[in-house]
Amino acid sequence: MVTNLSNEEIRRYSRHLILPEFGMEGQRRLKEGSVLLIGAGGLGSPLALYLAAAGVGHIGLVDFDVVDESNLQRQIAHGTSTIGVRKTESARRRLNDLNPNVEVTTYEEQVTSENAFELMRPYDVIVDGTDNFPTRYLTNDASVMLGKPNVYGSIFRFEGQATVFYPKEGGPCYRCLYPEPPPPGLVPSCAEGGVLGVLPGVIGTIQATEAIKLLAGIGETLVSRLMLYDALSMRFRELKLRRNPDCPVCGDHPTVTELIDYDHFCGITPEPATFTSYEITPVEVNTWLHSDDPPFLLDVREPNEWEIGHLPDATRISVNELQGRLNELDTAREMVVYCRSGVRSGRAVDMLRAAGFRKVKNMTGGILRWSDDVDASIPKY
Amino acid sequence: MAVTISIPTALRQYAGNNAGIDLASGPVGQLLASLVEQHPQLGKQLYNEQGQLRSFVNIYVGDEDIRYLQGVETPVPDGETVSIIPAIAGGRDKMTR
Repeated sequence: MVTNLSNEEIRRYSRHLILPEFGMEGQRRLKEGSVLLIGAGGLGSPLALYLAAAGVGHIGLVDFDVVDESNLQRQIAHGTSTIGVRKTESARRRLNDLNPNVEVTTYEEQVTSENAFELMRPYDVIVDGTDNFPTRYLTNDASVMLGKPNVYGSIFRFEGQATVFYPKEGGPCYRCLYPEPPPPGLVPSCAEGGVLGVLPGVIGTIQATEAIKLLAGIGETLVSRLMLYDALSMRFRELKLRRNPDCPVCGDHPTVTELIDYDHFCGITPEPATFTSYEITPVEVNTWLHSDDPPFLLDVREPNEWEIGHLPDATRISVNELQGRLNELDTAREMVVYCRSGVRSGRAVDMLRAAGFRKVKNMTGGILRWSDDVDASIPKY
Repeated sequence: MAVTISIPTALRQYAGNNAGIDLASGPVGQLLASLVEQHPQLGKQLYNEQGQLRSFVNIYVGDEDIRYLQGVETPVPDGETVSIIPAIAGGRDKMTR
């Protein structure tokens, strides 16, 4: 059955149709094609927009998150009018406006080992626009097992990476490149490290380009090529990737043939529900600060963050410098450590305790909770 | 008369905020050892307690992964670039939600 383009579609896609390398055939293939976007955020936004604009027949959006104000610095498929709305619904509205010919299916759920195959099977191309390691490994393994190309993109601060994992075409998969994930906390996230808003725009658009090429069957894709982008120096580099014949998932003798527990694989254990004695709430810290014997306050954030707002009478030593500056701290003094959300300060407290500091506690929830529970004049960010 | 080690953004804070560090040419293992001697905090990020390169960090000489060359013995000629490429995922800190 030949997919036909209506007169309206022919007018809409005319700039594609008159491209010699593309033409009616390329456009038909896009219309017959389907792409599943895992993640409708920073990378997913430009991806979804450009795939819809191009006329991909069917786009699936997987995201369980809700639009937040801080997303709008980079997640351009959403808007101020959709703050509080599910990202999938927010994106669907935008895509329907941009191109009503595209069928958009939304999945307000997390991809898990239980649903991954069912989610991915109906689609030709999988695009990985996620923001955490367990999902990346899951997406990789599932797409390899289903024989589908996985268009990968990732970002951090000012740098991005992109490639196409497609072992069926002789290239590597994600595990060939990184057989094991970093332990949690070692590689910072955007929330901790920040990200230039336009960066996922560039990488997401590159991913969209690759998905379009795969569907239309044109050009040379990024299979076996890792594209590296540095926004600050505006440099693109390329590294060669190879399929590892011993890869446990896509190798000659695979040992991983079923989806596993990826949180466990990435060393993420469920959060303990109980309060440990090394933790203290912002309200308790505030009370203590007003007593006759207040604690020493240690802020382990970066200078930029200190500028945004800090607790009164605090001392700042960045968490990464702490190990080398322990001699500046008094082990005899009671100390409360804080950061933005309680994560870095938690790590700092672990390190201080290991170094012999007994009177040190982590302020849970960090500045964010302080702003909510104690003093809203300290801004959240 | 030098080679450059390119430091990725995620690790620059451990390398004196340098994006690139120049060293005299030699086998890549030796270059990394010099680098880590100058920046011990970087060493903790790159190597585990057993002194092995962590598996989520890949080392390239030019555009080839050293795993497919001669590993840490891979020679690095003058003018070549050694790249440290860690895994990055971007986005979510699981514990702040």
